[in-house]
Amino acid sequence: MRIHCPYCGERGVEEYSYRGDATVRRPDANGPDALERFVEYLHLRDNPAGSHQEFWQHLHGCRAWLVVQRDVRTHAIESVVAASRRVAR
Amino acid sequence: MRAWRDAEPRPQYDVVIVGGGGHGLATAYYLAKEHGISNIAVLEKSYIGSGNVGRNTTIIRSNYLHPANARFYERSLKLWEGLEQDLNYNVMVSQRGVLNLFHSDGQRDAFARRGNAMRLNDIDAGLLDEAEVRRLLPYLDFDNARFPIRGGLLQPRGGTVRHDAVAWGYARGADRRGVDIIQNCEVTGIHIERGRVTGVETNRGVIRAAKVALCCAGNSSRVATMAGLRLPIESHVMQAFVTESVKPLVDMVVTFGAGHFYISQSNRGGLVFGGDIDGYNSYAQRGNLPTVEAVMESAMALMPGLGRLRVLRQWGGLMDMSMDGSPIIGLTPVEGIYLNAGWCYGGFKATPASGWCFAWTIARNQPHELNAPFRLDRFASGHVIDEKGAGAQPNLH
Repeated sequence: MRIHCPYCGERGVEEYSYRGDATVRRPDANGPDALERFVEYLHLRDNPAGSHQEFWQHLHGCRAWLVVQRDVRTHAIESVVAASRRVAR
Repeated sequence: MRAWRDAEPRPQYDVVIVGGGGHGLATAYYLAKEHGISNIAVLEKSYIGSGNVGRNTTIIRSNYLHPANARFYERSLKLWEGLEQDLNYNVMVSQRGVLNLFHSDGQRDAFARRGNAMRLNDIDAGLLDEAEVRRLLPYLDFDNARFPIRGGLLQPRGGTVRHDAVAWGYARGADRRGVDIIQNCEVTGIHIERGRVTGVETNRGVIRAAKVALCCAGNSSRVATMAGLRLPIESHVMQAFVTESVKPLVDMVVTFGAGHFYISQSNRGGLVFGGDIDGYNSYAQRGNLPTVEAVMESAMALMPGLGRLRVLRQWGGLMDMSMDGSPIIGLTPVEGIYLNAGWCYGGFKATPASGWCFAWTIARNQPHELNAPFRLDRFASGHVIDEKGAGAQPNLH
């Protein structure tokens, strides 16, 4: 598996470290349902068998955090963007 | 003669078990044997033995620190010890010992603590010094410059079991008690009415049941989604390896304490070994080469003679990596749906106790005291069982 870093080009997966699902969002700690939202944020994952959006860090390269869209059935990389440039939702 | 009937699905059962792996088959067996419930279907999307029950490195042990884990896995080891008589089937239980090597003073202290905890839980454990390990395994790289071997924690009752025989033995035992084992039957939907399960939809038609038990580790999230459940689980890939056959060399299970590496020798003579999961979400049942390299480096650091052997086969299996590194066996928010999941890469040794506890839970609609700590709602209540202390990061467990 090779990941195309927007800054360094295509590099082997051994240069990267994995964080996990990039779709979860830290909830508002002062919200009325903060406890439940934090349980979901910390523990629950969709874990789809298909296209998965995930955080990788180019740890042994430029150290940039990336958002990678990857098919977890085949390991095919669909897209990579720098986490800092991800379109806010 | 077939060891079990090739059953056709009937329209209704008391219990439908989704997943015909070791845990599903053991659950069916103990439901029939211990609780007198035999109107059961075990639905397997492929063939019996095609999943992780035939892909693991066959190790059994109960060398845990945390009390909930120690009690549960020790019950499993006790069931392994009587399993062949119980099933009247040779599953080749071999209590050849599991030796965890340590490489520093700090690690010796940690292992002494774990060994003491095991003995307090009535589990066998012994701390070996370097000379004793040298006598047992003279070919290890004791004087490795970076990771010298200082000794090891031995559980003599640990060992290996012929893994696919476990699936066949439980399948045969369950079948003889009237359980229908239905292969090539994939669940595609779960029917729920007013918060209560009523049956499952499969590629071979609808099957009604008041109780549906999910035993599909590796794919737990996918199946649970059909019941509207979102689980604290990520699916990861784990690789294992076997070399060409050699004469008897490694007569116990040995683990390297400076990396993640474990090795034993199969009865055919191949050396069976593995390491860490690859570390990213995957449903591919195959891994990548950097992990292969890391495993081989560990092998060479521990047992340099392995470099002369050729690797015969290498494969990958899907791991339900849970958020605290411990499994889930228990009730779910949907009435009638029971969950057995999150085995990380420790599911094989748990097979008998998992089936035994899950059968109890299904029959009585409440967990046994052995699996009560492994409830699904522990993540919300904060009662996580994190043996490694790694936090909610599945690829670190």
